[in-house]
Amino acid sequence: MQLPLLTESSRCFVLQLAATTMASTEIARQAGEGARAVPLAGHVGFDSMPDQLVNKSVNHGFCFNILCVGETGLGKSTLMDTLFNTKFEGEPTQHNQPGVTLKSNTYELQESNVRLKLTVVNTVGFGDQINKEDSYKSIVEFIDAQFEAYLQEELKIKRTLHSYHDTRIHACLYFIAPTGHSLKSLDLVTMKKLDSKVNIIPIVAKSDAISKSELAKFKIKITSELVSNGVQIYQFPTDDESVAEINSTMNSHLPFAVVGSTEEVKIGNKMVKARQYPWGTVQVENENHCDFVKLREMLIRVNMEDLREQTHTRHYELYRRCKLEEMGFKDTDPDSKPFSLQETYEAKRNEFMGELQKKEEEMRQMFVQRVKEKEAELKEAEKELHEKFDRLKKLHQDEKKKLEDKKKSLDDELNMFKQKKTAAELLYNQAQQAGGSTTLKRDKERKNLGFL
Amino acid sequence: MSESAKPHHPNPQGKGEKTHGSDFSYVGIDAILEQMRRKAMKQGFELNIMVVGQSGLGKSTLMNTLFKSKVSRKSVQPNPEERIPKTIEIKSISHDIEEKGVRMKLTVIDTPGFGDQINNENCWQPIMKFINDQYEAYLQEEININRKKRIPDSRVHCCIYFIPPTGHCLRPLDVEFMRRLSKVVNIVPVIAKADTLTLEERDFFKQTIREELRANGIDVYPQKEFDEDADDRMINDKIREMIPFAVVGSDQEYQVNGKRILGRKTKWGTIEVENIAHCEFAYLRDLLIRTHMQNIKDITGSIHYETYRVRRLNESNAHFSSHPSDHPAAQPKANGQPEVQHSAPQANGVAAQHEVLSHEM
Repeated sequence: MQLPLLTESSRCFVLQLAATTMASTEIARQAGEGARAVPLAGHVGFDSMPDQLVNKSVNHGFCFNILCVGETGLGKSTLMDTLFNTKFEGEPTQHNQPGVTLKSNTYELQESNVRLKLTVVNTVGFGDQINKEDSYKSIVEFIDAQFEAYLQEELKIKRTLHSYHDTRIHACLYFIAPTGHSLKSLDLVTMKKLDSKVNIIPIVAKSDAISKSELAKFKIKITSELVSNGVQIYQFPTDDESVAEINSTMNSHLPFAVVGSTEEVKIGNKMVKARQYPWGTVQVENENHCDFVKLREMLIRVNMEDLREQTHTRHYELYRRCKLEEMGFKDTDPDSKPFSLQETYEAKRNEFMGELQKKEEEMRQMFVQRVKEKEAELKEAEKELHEKFDRLKKLHQDEKKKLEDKKKSLDDELNMFKQKKTAAELLYNQAQQAGGSTTLKRDKERKNLGFL
Repeated sequence: MSESAKPHHPNPQGKGEKTHGSDFSYVGIDAILEQMRRKAMKQGFELNIMVVGQSGLGKSTLMNTLFKSKVSRKSVQPNPEERIPKTIEIKSISHDIEEKGVRMKLTVIDTPGFGDQINNENCWQPIMKFINDQYEAYLQEEININRKKRIPDSRVHCCIYFIPPTGHCLRPLDVEFMRRLSKVVNIVPVIAKADTLTLEERDFFKQTIREELRANGIDVYPQKEFDEDADDRMINDKIREMIPFAVVGSDQEYQVNGKRILGRKTKWGTIEVENIAHCEFAYLRDLLIRTHMQNIKDITGSIHYETYRVRRLNESNAHFSSHPSDHPAAQPKANGQPEVQHSAPQANGVAAQHEVLSHEM
C-alpha cells in the first residue's frame, strides 16, 4: 500500500496520527459529513498555508481600535504613549466639559514588516459633570455606531468588505481611580452597560499612589464587586495550550495596576521609562513596581488577535442579531419554516406603502378642502368690494346732485342780485335826474345799494 | 517572555509626528503574526477542488498524486455494456489531511460523465448549478440572523479542467465550458496525459491553447485583472506564460537512481512525475498548494462569491418590486427554488443590468 510517512521521527508519525484522528472527529463534528482522515504518503506542501495566510495579512495590514474610558486626569493618554512607544498628538483636556464626547485618532505604526492602523478613542469629560447619569450614553452610542457602520457595509449589495477600515472597538481599557477602597458607582454602571458590547479590561490607573498591601486588597475588592454585580470583563482565552498557562495566570492578576510614563531616567547604566519621586523611582517596566509589562503582554503580544476575533464573533454578532430582530426580520416563523428576509421585507414594505398612500390621500383631501375654503373667502371679499363700490358710487352721485342744487340756488341768488342791482341803478339815475337835493337820501340809498 | 527572544530594535513611527531620537524598546506589534498563525493552525483550513474532464484523462490519478493519498477513487466500469451515465453526476468526497500540524479539510468534487455523451449540449449546466448552489448555501448562511461562528465553506475554490492531449487545438466543448465557467470559478486548465506529447508538440499545443483562450476572452487563473501589485504581476506573468500545465499523474513508485519516486514505467523509460524536465506537475502542485492556495481562496471568496451575491440580490430585488435599486439592504429570495436561479428574472426591463450569464442559462 502506501509507504510510511516521510517524517523526521516515528514519534512525529504517531503524534500526527493522533492529531489527525482528533482533528477528523472535530471537523467531522463540524461538517457532519463523515469526512474521513487520510494519511499522506509524502510531503504535499500545504503546511505553508499558515504562511500564505500570514503573508496576505501582512500585505493587507492590520487594524486595532482601543477605547480608553476613565475620568479626566487618570493618565489615559500617557499610558497609550507608553504602550505603543510613540508620542500621540493632543494636549491634556480641560475639566469643564459639559458632556462626555469621544475623540478618536488614528495612527499608522510599523514594526518590522507589520503595519498597524491603530485607533485610540478617548472619552473626554468623563466623570467631570455634576450630574453623571448620562455619561455612559455617549460611549454606548459610539460603540453602537461603529457596529452599525460595519453592519451597513455588510448588508450592502455591492460591498468591499476586505478593504473596509474596521472601526469597531476591539478592546476597552477601563481606568479605575486609585482610591484604594472600592469601585465608584459611576464605574459600575458604565461597565455594566459596556460589558455586552465590548471587551472590557479594567486597569487601576496611577497605581504608584497605592502601596502594595493596599493594592492587593483593592484588587480583591474590585473583582468581587464586579462579580457580584454581574459585570463580564474580558477573560484571556485558555483553550489554546500554547498560551493557556500564561493567560490563566494573567487572569488572576486582573485588574492590572499600571503606571505610565514617557520620560526616561537613568537607572544603573540604562535609560528606562520611569517616574522620579524624591523618595524613589517607579520603573514602568519593572514587574515588581507595576503591572505594565503584564498589560502590554496580554493586550498586544499575546491576545490582540483574540480580542479582534471576540469583537467580531461575539459582540458584533449580538449587535447584529438584536438589530435585525428589532427591524422585524426573523429566521423562522411559528411553523418553523424558514422565513426569508425578503418576505418580511416585502410585508413591511407593503405596510409602509399603504401608510404612505393613506397619508397622501389625507393630504390631498386637506388640500382640496383648504382650496375650497379659500375660494369661498375670496368670493365673499369680492362681493363686499362690489357692494362697497356701489355704495360709494351712490354717495358720489348724491353729493354731486347736492352740489348742483347748491350751485343752482347760488346762481339764482346771483341773478336776483343782478336784477336788484340794475333796478337800484335805474332808480339812482332817476333820482339824480329828479334833483340832487337830498344827498343824505342818496347817501342812504347808496348805502342800501351797497348792501344789496 | 517574548521580549528576550527579539534582539532587534525596530522603530515604530507615528503618523505625521516627529519621532524622538532616543532608542525605542520593542512594542510587540508583530507578535500578531504569531497569534494569527496559532489561530489558523487551530482552526484548520478548507479547500474544495473540482476536477472536470472526459473519462480516462487521469483526473483521479492526478488528485491522488497531488495530495499523495487516495483522495479520489478511480471510476471502475467492470461491464463494458454498463451504460455510460446519461447525466453528469457530481460526486463530492471530503478528506481530512494533516501535515506538520496543519489540518486541512480537502473536498474533491468529481464530475464523471462530463463530455462522455454523444450529444454534449449543456453538459456544463449541472456543474454551473452545483457551483451556484454552493454560493447560494453560503449566502443563505451568511444572511441568517443566528449564524454560525464559522460558516462552513463549501464553495468551489478551484476547477481543474483537463484538456485531452490532441496536440492541435481546443475543442469546441472545451472553449464553451471554459468560457462559461471562468466567470464563476477559478479555472486551471491542464493538459492531461502529457507523456503522449513530445516537447515541441507540447510547446506548440500550449501556444495554440493560449492564443485560443485569449481570442475567446477566457480568463483563467491567475486572472490578469486581479493582480494586486507589480510583484504579483511579475510572478503571475511567469505563470501565465506556462499555463496550461502539461501534467502526468501517477501513484506508483519506482526506483530511479537509487531513489523511490512517483512515476510511470514504460518500456522506453520511466517518466518521473516530479521531475520538471519530464512534465510540469511540480509547477501545478506549487501553484495550487504551496504558493497560491490562499490567493485562490481569496479570489473565490471576495470576487466570484461577491459577483454572485450582487447578482442574486439584484435579481430578487427586481423580482419582487419594479424598482431596480441599490438599496442597502439584503433581500435574498425565499426558499431558493433551483429553477429560479437559472431562469432570467421577469422582464421588467431591469434584466438588462444582470450579467449575461444568467441569460445564457
